[in-house]
Amino acid sequence: MTDEAQRQPLLQVRDLKVHFPIKRGIIFDRVVGHVRAVDGVDLTIYPGQTYGLVGESGCGKSTLGRAVLRLNPITAGSVTFDGVELTQLEGEPLRAMRRRMQMIFQDPLSSLDPRQNVESILTEGLATHGIGADRAERREIISETLDKVGLPRWALSRYPHEFSGGQRQRIGIARALALGPDLIIADEPVSALDVSIQAQVINLLEELQDSLGLTYLVIAHDLAVVRHISDVVGVMYLGALVEEAPSDDLYAEPLHPYTRSLMSAVPVPDPEVEDRRERILLSGDLPSPANPPTGCRFHTRCPWAQPQRCATERPELIELRPGHRVACHWALEIADGRLQPHEVSSELVRPTDGDPGVPDVQPTPLR
Amino acid sequence: MELTVSPTEGPLLAVSDLSVEFHRKGQRPVRAVDGVSFTVDAGEVVGLVGESGCGKSVTALAITGLLPQRGVRVGGQARFAGTDLLTLDRRSRRDLRGREIAMVFQDPISSLNPVVPVGVQVAEVLTRHRNMTRRQARSTAAELLDRVGIPDPQRRLKEYPHQLSGGMRQRALIAMAVACQPRLLIADEPTTALDVTIQAQILELLKELVQEIGTALIMITHDLGIVAGMCDRVNVLYAGRVVETADRRALFAHPHHPYTVGLLRSIPRLDGARGERLTPIPGSVRDLLPWQEGCAYAPRCTRRSEECLDGLPALVEEPDGRAYRCIHPERAGGPTRDTVRVGA
Repeated sequence: MTDEAQRQPLLQVRDLKVHFPIKRGIIFDRVVGHVRAVDGVDLTIYPGQTYGLVGESGCGKSTLGRAVLRLNPITAGSVTFDGVELTQLEGEPLRAMRRRMQMIFQDPLSSLDPRQNVESILTEGLATHGIGADRAERREIISETLDKVGLPRWALSRYPHEFSGGQRQRIGIARALALGPDLIIADEPVSALDVSIQAQVINLLEELQDSLGLTYLVIAHDLAVVRHISDVVGVMYLGALVEEAPSDDLYAEPLHPYTRSLMSAVPVPDPEVEDRRERILLSGDLPSPANPPTGCRFHTRCPWAQPQRCATERPELIELRPGHRVACHWALEIADGRLQPHEVSSELVRPTDGDPGVPDVQPTPLR
Repeated sequence: MELTVSPTEGPLLAVSDLSVEFHRKGQRPVRAVDGVSFTVDAGEVVGLVGESGCGKSVTALAITGLLPQRGVRVGGQARFAGTDLLTLDRRSRRDLRGREIAMVFQDPISSLNPVVPVGVQVAEVLTRHRNMTRRQARSTAAELLDRVGIPDPQRRLKEYPHQLSGGMRQRALIAMAVACQPRLLIADEPTTALDVTIQAQILELLKELVQEIGTALIMITHDLGIVAGMCDRVNVLYAGRVVETADRRALFAHPHHPYTVGLLRSIPRLDGARGERLTPIPGSVRDLLPWQEGCAYAPRCTRRSEECLDGLPALVEEPDGRAYRCIHPERAGGPTRDTVRVGA
């Protein structure tokens, strides 16, 4: 990725916000608050690149992926795909754009209709977008697609339940590929698969990228997988990017405290490494996105949190090294060791936190 | 029957040739576990690793006697401090479970009773097994919750499982499991439902507790990384049988069984070189061979030969405690001189 500056980005997301209303009331819905699933994300993906988005559950990474396709309503911000502003599109023009952006879902069994055979699953998109003149021509297209994903042609007449998990994921990939998209958004493409099958699918995605020149936005919680396939990795925490860097840089020198602890938490299948490495254990759980902490969202769990600024001022994503952007007030001080980590007492996070309709009272035991 | 569970010579738990078969009317019986053998010494952390369907969870359920009574045929032996757990009557098994052998399951929300406060559930173990009064049990429960790192335990005692986060629920389950200071703790994918940072917390807690109360731990997981960081000895399962067992360092440094090698090569590593292609294991877990007809892994194995299909491959035991079931192991040299062949 040398001449990034000259190239046109394929996807550009600017200050994207997706807020889901929390509603209460029996007859009239009152909006009593918002879950800020995505709260101000900027990212740019260049053609042919793989952008990996990592974060823990509830950080908004899937919502972001879906919002790019306009599968979720966008609260604010802009999404530009190949120069076209998507947030303003409606109806037919939007549908036409969606042909060029396809999605691969996590669970291949629930994202494939059990009552449709593979031919019907793969042809549906073609018919919707008017690709291929007749059935024979469409069949030709999908047969080629099946070859690309490594499924035999007899698969066409079979149903999803007749395939193994890895093969089902291949069907999901074929469905996305059949329309000849430019961008593929893969939401946890391998996490439902067994370890020995994951590698098959990861390799397939890489081969397809090489041969078809695809651009990927890969959303996953598994840092090892994301690092393996991505050129650029963005780390999300509570609806915002905290760090973004070329994959190797990020893993060589994570600058944000959250990225550091996330990486130190991933087990490595090597006893030598496991015994030597230092773990940064975070205390407590992810705060509720309905009631995010003030200032830096990570300050409640951050072992490097400082009394100044962290709790009051939300850090911007700043480019500290070439291509390496970090949202932390103290990233440089932490990087050169001027700040040392300290103990953090864990704050209790409740599943109902930030839900204003549920008063936090102690229930009386049923006895 | 009064159980005499006393410190004995030999391993704390010795599972030998354990098999579990599920019968359903009008269907062929399914053999989920097909001759699993392994041992656990007192205070040892032993890993059972394998992919879904390899029989690791069913093994744990069979040992603890938690499989349903009907439609299940369990064979083999599981000797816990000299007593065969599989032939034990239900009553004494219940006495043992919770006091001597405890379990932590994968999904904390379905292992907890949703309509009973957490404190009552933790205290129940204490009143049942340690003959405590309710008052004593309650205060001990608070200490336990505090020990496993749940903030403000007095208040948490009165709360229901849905009011706790996933990590906190798993901590509560661990508190229940260690309440009686069991001699054997079985953790079945204890962190699979949790996020990485929470997973690291829970694993750290388990490590501390194992040290503190000196319990043996069977760690069941599909994650080789977890095994590498925690276990003293590792058993790799495939299709209901242990295909390789070795000391953790030896296993990761020189895996012998092609399946172990395949697994290690197929997972991307956080600290690995980027850009190089992974080497996946061909086929899928469904491509199995019944062990009696040959090596079950043969259909997916890159090193297979005709001989692999001549019945169950013999178990090869090496002096350093490694054992594997393969006739074409991956090794630098040929078979070592002092390799002993033990019959199937």
